[in-house]
Amino acid sequence: MSFFVETLVGGLLAGVMYSLVAIGFVLVFKASGVFNFAQGSMVLCAALTFVTLRDKGLDFWLAALITLSVMVVLGIAVERVVLRPLVNRPQITLFMATLGVSFMIEGVAQIAMGASVHELDLGIVDTPIEIGGVQVSQFDLAAAGTAGILVIALSIFFNKTRIGIALRAIADDPQAALSIGIRLQTLWQIVWGVAGFVSLVAGLLWGARQGVQFALTLVVLKALPVLIIGGFTSMAGAIVGGLIVGAGDSLAEIYLGSLLGGSVSTWFAYVLAVAFLLVRPAGLFGEAPIERI
Amino acid sequence: MSLRKQKRIMSRAIGLAALVLSAAAIGTTASAEDAKTQYFPLATFRVGAYASSGIPVWAGEIDYFRYINEVEGGINGIKLVWDECETNWEVEKGVECYERVKAGKNGSPVPIFLPHGDPISKALTEKSVADKIPLVTIAYGRTEAIDGRVFPYSFPVVFSFWSEASSAVNFIAEKVGGKDKLKGLKIATVYHDSPYGKETQVPLAHLAKTYGFEDIQIPVPHPGNEQSAQWAKIRQLKPDWVFLRGWGVMTPVAIKTAAKVGFPVDHIVGGIWSGSEEDVRPAGAVAKGYLAITPFPAGANFEIHQKLKKYILDKGLSDLKDPKSFGSVYYNSGVDEAIVAVEAIRTAQAHFGVRPINGEEAQWGLEHLDLSEKRLAEIGATGLQQPLKLSAKDHEGGGAGKVLQWDGEKWNVVSNGWVKSDRDLLLPLIYERAAAYAKEKGITPRDATN
Amino acid sequence: MSAIGTDAIEGFSATRDTARVTRDRLRVGSAVLLLAALVGIPLVANDYWLNAVLIPFLIMSLTALGLNLLMGYAGQASLGTGGFMSVGAYATYNLLLRLPELPLPVSLLLGGVISGLVGIVAGLPSLRIKGFYLVASTLATQFLLEWLFNQYGWFSNYSTSSSISAPRLAIFGHDLSSPTGRYFLTLATVVVVTVVATRLVRSQTGRTWMAIRDMDTAAAVIGVPVSAGKLKAFFVSSLVIGIAGALWAFAYLGTVDARSFNLDRSFQVMFAIIIGGMGSISGNYLGAAFMILLPILLDHVGGGLFGGAIDPGQLENLQKALFGALIVWFLIKEPRGLAALLSRAWTQLAARLGR
Repeated sequence: MSFFVETLVGGLLAGVMYSLVAIGFVLVFKASGVFNFAQGSMVLCAALTFVTLRDKGLDFWLAALITLSVMVVLGIAVERVVLRPLVNRPQITLFMATLGVSFMIEGVAQIAMGASVHELDLGIVDTPIEIGGVQVSQFDLAAAGTAGILVIALSIFFNKTRIGIALRAIADDPQAALSIGIRLQTLWQIVWGVAGFVSLVAGLLWGARQGVQFALTLVVLKALPVLIIGGFTSMAGAIVGGLIVGAGDSLAEIYLGSLLGGSVSTWFAYVLAVAFLLVRPAGLFGEAPIERI
Repeated sequence: MSLRKQKRIMSRAIGLAALVLSAAAIGTTASAEDAKTQYFPLATFRVGAYASSGIPVWAGEIDYFRYINEVEGGINGIKLVWDECETNWEVEKGVECYERVKAGKNGSPVPIFLPHGDPISKALTEKSVADKIPLVTIAYGRTEAIDGRVFPYSFPVVFSFWSEASSAVNFIAEKVGGKDKLKGLKIATVYHDSPYGKETQVPLAHLAKTYGFEDIQIPVPHPGNEQSAQWAKIRQLKPDWVFLRGWGVMTPVAIKTAAKVGFPVDHIVGGIWSGSEEDVRPAGAVAKGYLAITPFPAGANFEIHQKLKKYILDKGLSDLKDPKSFGSVYYNSGVDEAIVAVEAIRTAQAHFGVRPINGEEAQWGLEHLDLSEKRLAEIGATGLQQPLKLSAKDHEGGGAGKVLQWDGEKWNVVSNGWVKSDRDLLLPLIYERAAAYAKEKGITPRDATN
Repeated sequence: MSAIGTDAIEGFSATRDTARVTRDRLRVGSAVLLLAALVGIPLVANDYWLNAVLIPFLIMSLTALGLNLLMGYAGQASLGTGGFMSVGAYATYNLLLRLPELPLPVSLLLGGVISGLVGIVAGLPSLRIKGFYLVASTLATQFLLEWLFNQYGWFSNYSTSSSISAPRLAIFGHDLSSPTGRYFLTLATVVVVTVVATRLVRSQTGRTWMAIRDMDTAAAVIGVPVSAGKLKAFFVSSLVIGIAGALWAFAYLGTVDARSFNLDRSFQVMFAIIIGGMGSISGNYLGAAFMILLPILLDHVGGGLFGGAIDPGQLENLQKALFGALIVWFLIKEPRGLAALLSRAWTQLAARLGR
């Protein structure tokens, strides 16, 4: 029993890490309807920039600040140069364009900062602690806390500030929002800037977890089923989806894996996501799209 | 439309076709000038997910080639020339590189092709036979290719995956006080779930039966950036030792996750591709005490390194990006590969004459390669490279590894010299599998007496 | 006023007709000549051109054609392409291995049919899910299939590396294992499938697909069999992709494992049809050329211009970034793909020639 609980808790905590990446997707998708595959490359770029600056001897907060500005500029540049000219094009084209963008970001980031593996130490101790007989990683708890704070902060930002309300208006009804004088493009840039910030946080935590290296870009593959389950437009959905995927993957790997021969977590989350889609075609928290005829 | 117009259209279309044809002809005209240099193409990966592991390898290889050219004036006066082709560690790009270089350059033939990637080496197995170009795959590639009677042009030289598994078990035996103490132990293999990762399942099952230890296999799906389930299972099963066969990001995540569940890191023995600085550094402080078996012991104090430092690094000729990597596991693996290639060419030259060597001649050179202690001492590679003697029946030759331990800063050798694998035990099985392959493919095994 | 207008329009449409006829003849003529050139190529091309450039280009075109039938004509986007390729490859391998008496073309076709059947199952969610969510659901197929072939040794005849390699390729006693043989096998398959596919999209089936693509719900209202049409599209598309997968494994690489058919392959094919032109047959060839030939060209040009002068690692990263930029640039500049670009060029050329 305690083994079951431990697997479950480990999975849930891992799931929060997926949610962190998924939040970046939700932000961009909500505002501009783009599924931004380059989010993975942005996570890599953020972590790589931060580590490179730290290696040059910069102070933690200064490095974080510079990285943040780099990421915000990058986010705005992607919006401006790539996505604005592609407005009104099919969703799949936008998606593929962001894949092209990811090649560019990866290429340029590695030209500028090299391809070596770096250690990233955030100073969080990672020895297991026991809570009610269950072993939990301190680092994972800290990461989960960060994700929680991030979601709360973003929710406040989107619910209480003028910018947030304008954003929601755009998501609800772009035409009406435009007609009352909301500046769409400024808002998009803000959203892309915030997405840059989210990739910085995700980059730091994932980078500390596995080292800063190219494989950071692969975290998108875990974020995708999270989004499908939670819905592309819901911040809360990203968290719940992450928990479902994390726990599902871990339990499946143990209990289904022993039946089928292992590595089931490469597809389990996706199959689970399809099952969710068949029941709720817009995800748990997503808004059902309106079909035009 | 008039006839004249039709004619005009036709003639333009013919022009277009001619253009296509002439474009196709580019590259067919290789110059046949009499070459005085030995061409040596390098298939490398400097971009993509594994670039960080590759970059120090190419540096080791290129530095040794430069050393041969600059200090020794080439191999018996024949200088090496090389160019690089990017494979991305992908099969398709690797095949493209191979096809691009296989005809040689400026009349100088290709002696040996180093595929630098397990899947690429497998895709080239048959092509290399048709083209008569030996594939040298040090510490990767098809294990059955040890049987050169069936695989004349594949050379899994030095340390195959089967030897890796067997040496790891023998090291554990060394730690617990003898092979008879293996009985009753639980050894869990945590492996990258790919053809590479599964290669050791058969030999480990066989060794478990022979020595009476319990063989537990735990797969980690690619890329391996999340392993909480696998290590929860380890915590439940409580193995005595873990044999970690990772690749890329899987290794640091495994070490970190092991620490999270409280598994002692000094009871994890990493495999060849889980035992470099690039694997342990990202794991940070918790990697201290981690073990790894390798045919490429780290260290910059071997005699050859002093020469490389004096003639290449200090003169600014090195390919190294980061001087810290000098003497790292991957850098030394590049030096090792280069030594084997150069010595095989030298052996072939002794037989066929001092001139650029082609693939068929290099194949002979490889099968007659004898890197004795004496020769290794002359090169300055004593302790870095194990003695190696190849033949048509044995394309591996060595079959031993050293075990390193990470002290937080660098690797230290902790095994009692080279840990030998149980080759006598495993070779019959390997020959059996090679014979099965020959049967499936309709290959008549060569006579091994030539 | 109106009379003059009508005259002008008639006059205009008359010249346009001549231009169209010229353009069509030009197209057919050059297609025939191109085919002749492709048949003649082995006389002059070396192994490199056949093995590393032309064979993968032709197979990629075929794969793109398969996906285009589903996505460009029937409007059902999929990222399961790599998975269907692997089904075709592993199925054909097992047919060749276990039923050696079957001739190669039959094994290829049957391998494709098996892939098509898997495609029908994978297409079932399309009856309920649409658009980008459907794309996401096809990823389940992709990952499940990749896992399946890696996991179960039976599919690869328990080979140690779970990779499959081609048994002897031969048709009626003719050995096809030489580069030229494999090239002709590929070329013949591509030509046959292209002809069949072209006819198919111009038939009732093709019209049904386009009705589903353009107006899903409305099509159902006016009595177009939407569900059957979607599943048929998945079947035909996966069949073609399966054949392409078998060729990729045996005519191109020789030995593969499931990793050759991973998500990156699916992305590559999707790029090929978006850049080449959705709902266009010739677009598949143009898109495949872009995805296969451009990186090789960049590599050769880069090596030629800067080889030795720039660090090779930097050069490779530069090429990668440049390739990404070119993709984005084409997506922005040419919404309807290279096929539309070429079509415009043909029209202009025909107008000039027909004048």
